[in-house]
Amino acid sequence: MSDQRIHEGDTSGSKDVQASGTSHDALVGDEGTGAPGAGAESGHLVERPGQDGELTRTWGNPGLPSHVYRRSDVDPKAAQRREREVATFFGVSTLGTLLFIVAYFAIKPDGEDLLEEVSLSTKLLGLGLGLALFCIGAGAIHWAKTLMPDDEIVQDRKPMRSSDEDRAAAVEAMKEGAAGAGLGRRKLIRNSLLGAMAPLGLLAIIPLRDLGPLPGASLTGTWWRPGSRVVTDPTGRPIKAADIPIGTVIHVQPEGIEKASHPLNEKAKATTLVIRLEPDEIQDQKQRDWSVDGIVAYSKVCTHVGCPVGLYEQQTHHLLCPCHQSTFDVTRDCAVIFGPAARPLPQLPLDVDEEGYLVARDDYQEPVGPSFWERG
Amino acid sequence: MALEQIAGKTANEIDERFGSANFVKRSARKVFPDHWSFLLGEIALYSFIVLLLTGVFLTLWFKPSHMEVIYDGAYVPLRGVPMSEAYASTLQISFDVRGGLIIRQIHHWAALIFVAAMIVHMCRVFFTGAFRKPRETNWLIGVILIMLSFIEGLAGYSLPDDLLSGTGLRITEGVLLSLPVVGTYLTFFLFGGEFPGEEIIPRLYIAHVLLIPGIFLALITVHVMLVWYQKHTQYPLPGRTEKNAVGYPFFPVYTAKAGGFFFITFGVTTLLSAFASINPVWLFGPYTPGEISAGSQPDWYMGFLEGSLRLFPNWETTLLGFTIPWNVLGPALIIPGLLFTPMILYPFIERWVTGDNAEHHVLDRPRNVPTRTGLGVMALITWLILLAAGANDLIAVAFNMSINSITWGFRVLIFVVPPLAYVVTKRICLGLQRRDRDLVLHGRETGRIVRLPNGEMIEVHEPISDARKWELTQHRVPQPAEIGPLTDANGVPRRRILAAKVRATVSRFYFEDRVEPPTPAEVHELESSGHH
Repeated sequence: MSDQRIHEGDTSGSKDVQASGTSHDALVGDEGTGAPGAGAESGHLVERPGQDGELTRTWGNPGLPSHVYRRSDVDPKAAQRREREVATFFGVSTLGTLLFIVAYFAIKPDGEDLLEEVSLSTKLLGLGLGLALFCIGAGAIHWAKTLMPDDEIVQDRKPMRSSDEDRAAAVEAMKEGAAGAGLGRRKLIRNSLLGAMAPLGLLAIIPLRDLGPLPGASLTGTWWRPGSRVVTDPTGRPIKAADIPIGTVIHVQPEGIEKASHPLNEKAKATTLVIRLEPDEIQDQKQRDWSVDGIVAYSKVCTHVGCPVGLYEQQTHHLLCPCHQSTFDVTRDCAVIFGPAARPLPQLPLDVDEEGYLVARDDYQEPVGPSFWERG
Repeated sequence: MALEQIAGKTANEIDERFGSANFVKRSARKVFPDHWSFLLGEIALYSFIVLLLTGVFLTLWFKPSHMEVIYDGAYVPLRGVPMSEAYASTLQISFDVRGGLIIRQIHHWAALIFVAAMIVHMCRVFFTGAFRKPRETNWLIGVILIMLSFIEGLAGYSLPDDLLSGTGLRITEGVLLSLPVVGTYLTFFLFGGEFPGEEIIPRLYIAHVLLIPGIFLALITVHVMLVWYQKHTQYPLPGRTEKNAVGYPFFPVYTAKAGGFFFITFGVTTLLSAFASINPVWLFGPYTPGEISAGSQPDWYMGFLEGSLRLFPNWETTLLGFTIPWNVLGPALIIPGLLFTPMILYPFIERWVTGDNAEHHVLDRPRNVPTRTGLGVMALITWLILLAAGANDLIAVAFNMSINSITWGFRVLIFVVPPLAYVVTKRICLGLQRRDRDLVLHGRETGRIVRLPNGEMIEVHEPISDARKWELTQHRVPQPAEIGPLTDANGVPRRRILAAKVRATVSRFYFEDRVEPPTPAEVHELESSGHH
């Protein structure tokens, strides 16, 4: 591979190309088709078939550039310096391991300033481990790049396709085997085997049936019952209607929900927001009928994919879901005014009992939470 | 030398049992082409190993259980709070196990890096055409690995049972519920009944630590073995052809470089985890279904799904008493399907269009395949817009803008920007090709202005080297496929005319705009006519 192929400043480009060409055949292949006869000698003008069948002339592959020696290849002192650098990396790695061990035994976070101690421990352990690992890597790569041979090696690449003889032999072997099994002749065995194998998949699916109960009607109802007291979540205090200031929002659950057989499942459905508006701000007749003195209750489960609708804007009376920003207008029966939710939040009909406490008049009149096929 | 003796003896014992000399003879000096972009896949592989190592450590303490306990560990603010064993044991790993927090953070960071490295690696493979024959299988394995990693990641960050991970599960439940006909059944089978139930964490746990990693391990093994067996691709540089592999030997150069790079990846991930806190679950508190914190965000690789959920219009149809929630089905199923299906099929689509049945081991320069590059950038931009839309609330806070207008902005961008990105990318590619053509024909501009005796001022151009000329002209530019005659020699109509017409149309879309690389004859002609 000659340097003299590269003639800086030579104006006669094409002549130059024709004149050069010293690399050996192993470097030269066709330019991408694998088609026979397209091979070229390096540096020469070559002809290759274009798509229309006509030959186009192009440059040949000039071959590998000449090897450039590194300082460490020619100067033993430079090589020794590189060796010391590599050793330094490995040395720092050992120090990192030591740091890790010392930090591990020296710091046992348990005191008053737990978070600070954990933070210090994490930083020192991480620094030690990080250095121990990184410096092994850095040393190894520095070694490879500066001291190991960097001559590029050329190896032949055979096509993935087997030779025609091998392919024929393979077909023959398969045919022989198939003939031995008599798959073509013994149709009864073949068909009954297929009949036995095909339904096997069912055996992998059917036993999964007991992964869970069938949905049934469990998605349609919640723990709210007629007369369920409305209590704060999570403190569980009943709420007197008269005690709620206008503009307040309270997170509530039905009283006694902890006694359910699966309290978390029930809470996930029954979680509700109680909001007090000025009575004349309510614009919807049904909403007013189900309210008590401007106090309304809505499901906290977003009708989009079920996140708790946790943000209430007091001035605009908007409820906002922090997950995907569905926005509901509380004064208009929680109609969707923005975002991906398709349905308003379901309203819980409210009442007050004889002691003045807020109660549910009934359960939600529609399924709460995200939509599903059978919801209707 | 003693070491050599021991090595020789060991090698002898092994060879007498496994006949390993034959393999070593062929493989020790196996050549691997070298390029920085080939390291991207390595980062993914090494992150996976880091995940396995740190994951095993975490399993020694983590308890995948919904059982309610009262916390009495080292972290005072949560003492006395009822929580699941899963959350309590995560706190234990963070505060009571020395080194537990750093390992947890390495595990989480490595997961983020793992997915990122795979995606960037996939971009490299796509834009350089490394997926072409014979490597389509490895492309498919790669796509499966990326999709699996989303599920693996979701399962992983759902395990601690803190408020954030519970919210992620709630959204997963909402998405599952939306599936027509089978939605409620699948949900009840997955969660063992209603949400959240007492089954989901142990089930996600076994999927996260055994099932999916097992599949990963098998697929990654095949992926790497295929790279070994089919040999690595190489860039079109002088000396590289379709019939050779040019690079450094596996032993010792790549053993040192690749082995060293594993330690570098592990080391950098560790340093990152030491100084950049990630997922501080103790701040979020235990999961309770009624609570949520503002600014809830999934891990970054789920961001495109989050974004598509946020952008999609609120459509829902009720038909014959059944509900189809398009507002969930669309963003969670249809949009990912539109992104991933073309990704899976792409190598086969391109082969059908080009009719190219040859093996390819020399990579494309992305500019030389303008349509593919344009399509790739279009898909990438679509995905990035969805990702950004997943952070619309954070953008709104950071720039003090209305979240409604940001959302609407993204809704417009998702339709406008990707086609624009396609056109612009393709034009840039063609422009770069023309520049390459100019370089070959006219040489490099030297900036030297010379005044000729007749007073004319010219800029001196310097011809580029032959090696460079070859680099810039070695690619082929396919012509659009012709339909050909619609009848045969006897006037009988050809069969499958429609397929041929479709293929011709797609082929025109691919190859109508093209820049032919100059031939030596053109250079010669130019020179003999006295131009530069």
